[in-house]
Amino acid sequence: MIDGVINTPYSLILIAVMAAVTAFVRFSPFILFPEGRKRPRVITYLGTVLPYAVIGMLVVYCFKGKSVIEYPYCIPELLAAALVVGLHVWKRNTLLSVFAGVAFYMVLVQLVF
Amino acid sequence: MTKRTFKRAFRDSLPILAGYLALGFGFGVLLESKGYSFWWAILMSVTMFAGSGQYAGVDFLAGGATILTTAFMTLIINARHFFYGFSLLDKYKGMGIAKPYLIFGLTDETYSVVCSAKLDDTISKRKYYFFLTALDHLYWITGCTLGAVIGGVLPFSNEGIDYAMTALFIVILVEQWLSTKEHLPAILGVVTTAVCLCVFGPDMFIIPAMTLIAFELVILRKRLDKTQPEASQPSEKTEVKQDD
Repeated sequence: MIDGVINTPYSLILIAVMAAVTAFVRFSPFILFPEGRKRPRVITYLGTVLPYAVIGMLVVYCFKGKSVIEYPYCIPELLAAALVVGLHVWKRNTLLSVFAGVAFYMVLVQLVF
Repeated sequence: MTKRTFKRAFRDSLPILAGYLALGFGFGVLLESKGYSFWWAILMSVTMFAGSGQYAGVDFLAGGATILTTAFMTLIINARHFFYGFSLLDKYKGMGIAKPYLIFGLTDETYSVVCSAKLDDTISKRKYYFFLTALDHLYWITGCTLGAVIGGVLPFSNEGIDYAMTALFIVILVEQWLSTKEHLPAILGVVTTAVCLCVFGPDMFIIPAMTLIAFELVILRKRLDKTQPEASQPSEKTEVKQDD
């Protein structure tokens, strides 16, 4: 693929492969443990504790492209995170916490840092 | 009930609306810059519905990656989704014909809202999950398509709007933290992933992190397992009590 000349059949194949692999990953737990079949208790147990661990994992995942040793040292991200946490503990309103955090972060990255 | 359920799903999806339009837009711009028209953006967002997977996909397409590389890299990038189904085996039970679509649409954001939404009896769970997944999908397709059509020229700067995703995950983390006395799984999730990010770097950390988290949770099962022990294992029950 050079200068905008697209190899259409090959591109379609690659997209089909990516779509199939993504779906495969998402479907595999349901294929491994189908409805109505008894599953090991450890799997049921993991199902109850994983959401807590996974959300923790996703929060860190959001920081993966940012550096703490180069300017601006994740300061905008951490300041906005502090606002989100504080506001949410105080008001417990998801929309308010998210949108205030985003607005604050946008001001920080566009005007301050 | 349907109207009420839809309203609730729509309200819960609003943070995702902001994030998906912004992230999808970025993807569309990137794809278009490699010479692909907006039809490709529609095709990819409809069939894949995966943020980081699609961003990487642009490189595979433009760089002419082999099928094997594409499959392997997509598997690594989206491996974290493997965890999600385990906590939804019961929640998504009996979802009927919508179930395959719900599983197909299990993005990070849809999963975290499905996991944390507290639904009372005035809400139809089945419809709620469907509306939420379909709305998120629609936002994503819209964002990707707009990016490819408009191609990067916006009259205002939207830099930083993708922080909606980070903020949403932080809010859910706080909600979960306030709703339980057992904070160990959340702490393990954050600390293990952070350590793996430092050790393995931003491209390779997620699979080691997942493996370690699963391993740690299994080791700590005696302390953390609150599911009903089977009748044949009374000794386990007493041990759980002792640990508390």
